[in-house]
Amino acid sequence: MPQSFLTKYQRQDGYSRRGNPLKAIRLDIELTERCDNACIHCYINLPEADEKARAAEMDTAFVKDILQQAAALGALDVRFTGGEPLLREDFAELYLFARRLGLRVTLFTNARRITAELAQLMGRIIPGRPVEVTVYGMHPESYDAVAARRGAFAEFRRGVDLLLEYNIPFIVKQALLPPNRHEIDEFEAWAATLPGMQQKPGYSMNFDLRARRDHPAKNRQIQSLRVSPEGTVAHLARHPGYVKEMREFCGKFTAPPGDRLFNCGAGKSVMVDAYGKAQMCMGLRHPDYVYDLHNRADAEAAGVSPLKFVLTRVFPQWRELRATNLEYLRRCARCFLKGLCEQCPAKSWQEHGTLDTPVEYLCQVAHAQARHLGLIDGDENAWEVTGWRKRIARFTASGVAVEEKASIERI
Amino acid sequence: MDSTITLNSICAPSEDIVAREIEGELIIIPLAAGIGDMEDELYTLNETGKAIWSRLDGTATLGQVAADLTNEFDAPVADIERDVLGLISELTRRKIVIVH
Repeated sequence: MPQSFLTKYQRQDGYSRRGNPLKAIRLDIELTERCDNACIHCYINLPEADEKARAAEMDTAFVKDILQQAAALGALDVRFTGGEPLLREDFAELYLFARRLGLRVTLFTNARRITAELAQLMGRIIPGRPVEVTVYGMHPESYDAVAARRGAFAEFRRGVDLLLEYNIPFIVKQALLPPNRHEIDEFEAWAATLPGMQQKPGYSMNFDLRARRDHPAKNRQIQSLRVSPEGTVAHLARHPGYVKEMREFCGKFTAPPGDRLFNCGAGKSVMVDAYGKAQMCMGLRHPDYVYDLHNRADAEAAGVSPLKFVLTRVFPQWRELRATNLEYLRRCARCFLKGLCEQCPAKSWQEHGTLDTPVEYLCQVAHAQARHLGLIDGDENAWEVTGWRKRIARFTASGVAVEEKASIERI
Repeated sequence: MDSTITLNSICAPSEDIVAREIEGELIIIPLAAGIGDMEDELYTLNETGKAIWSRLDGTATLGQVAADLTNEFDAPVADIERDVLGLISELTRRKIVIVH
């Protein structure tokens, strides 16, 4: 049948052809660290008018070159993030360039800078992926308190209205903070009315500390804004399918990680920061583990593009790093809650300036979840549990009676 | 099958898509709304589809495309013509190719 000549394309995971192990490469580009919001919890934002930061940002030609390198490697997707990527005056140019290369674009934005012209452009040349809008409040009082900018809420709503008017698919997600926590039901009811929202919105609540370790006072503020471990569990348990999903998840991903630091996908794709440095993931900005893509000499000597060089020669070496911190080896390396815990080199870097120091808050969140799911008792430390396989098997096979609907007041 | 598309039709890839070859696969990436059933959908052509696609240069008629394919494929010309018209109907319906 003629129709069989044309089929929907599904990228398959797995091995690629020799010489190109990058079949599923995904590219993240942080176009700027500057933002028109000054959110109280943000791990990266710099002031919109920070001229020093602006001057150091990648220029248009450099970003285009990275996009070309990624497309040549077979990338199908690029995510533009920030800061607020729409602060870049060349955003529309970069967007069009990426699309003409055949890259689908995911845009992370607060929507304040979405103009009629940009919405019209994105309606005509579609992004290929839903725009992702972070929401900081449902009313001017809450939104502007989080964003620390008067009038920000009105601009955000105008941006969302433009996305709706031009039929641009988008999803919303929320940073859950003291000024807006009481609005969660209102937010979800509104989100359910949006055409692109097929699922419940996602939330951030266990906020990262400053990724550049540049602001101790802000770090203390961020710590004070984090949802408690018990509150995190209460929030997760609001989702009716939470326990069922956790049973499936734990059956696959719960086991002690050993001393190998990178058990995640870091370094299998690439994140490029605002200044042209390649990172293994969004959070890991330890200066010893980023690679400046302006440095073309090594790549040229190897006969490959800088992006391919970093993905095939640099990141694979870093992914082999082993933990040496005795506390990490005593706890994290032996802890069967690894799948539930966000402990990773990036978080360790943000919190402690090393790659392998346990992050107490994340440990507490993972233990609170495990207690809720019945995987550990009371004050048990998961890294001391020897019969963890039986516990996981019991949990995944027969289920454990837990309260599915915790109250949001516990957050 | 679209009856307005005949062997005398001349077709070319639409400017509303980007076609990329990645590891031997031809992938069609929509740039405009309404091509895929979902906005993020991509399409691919099998080997025969690729052979047809590569001949859509905006100058050759579909009859000429089919005739050229008989040099490459061991199939009756009538079958090839039917397949060319069938594929082009599907591609024009999805606005992946345009008829000049």
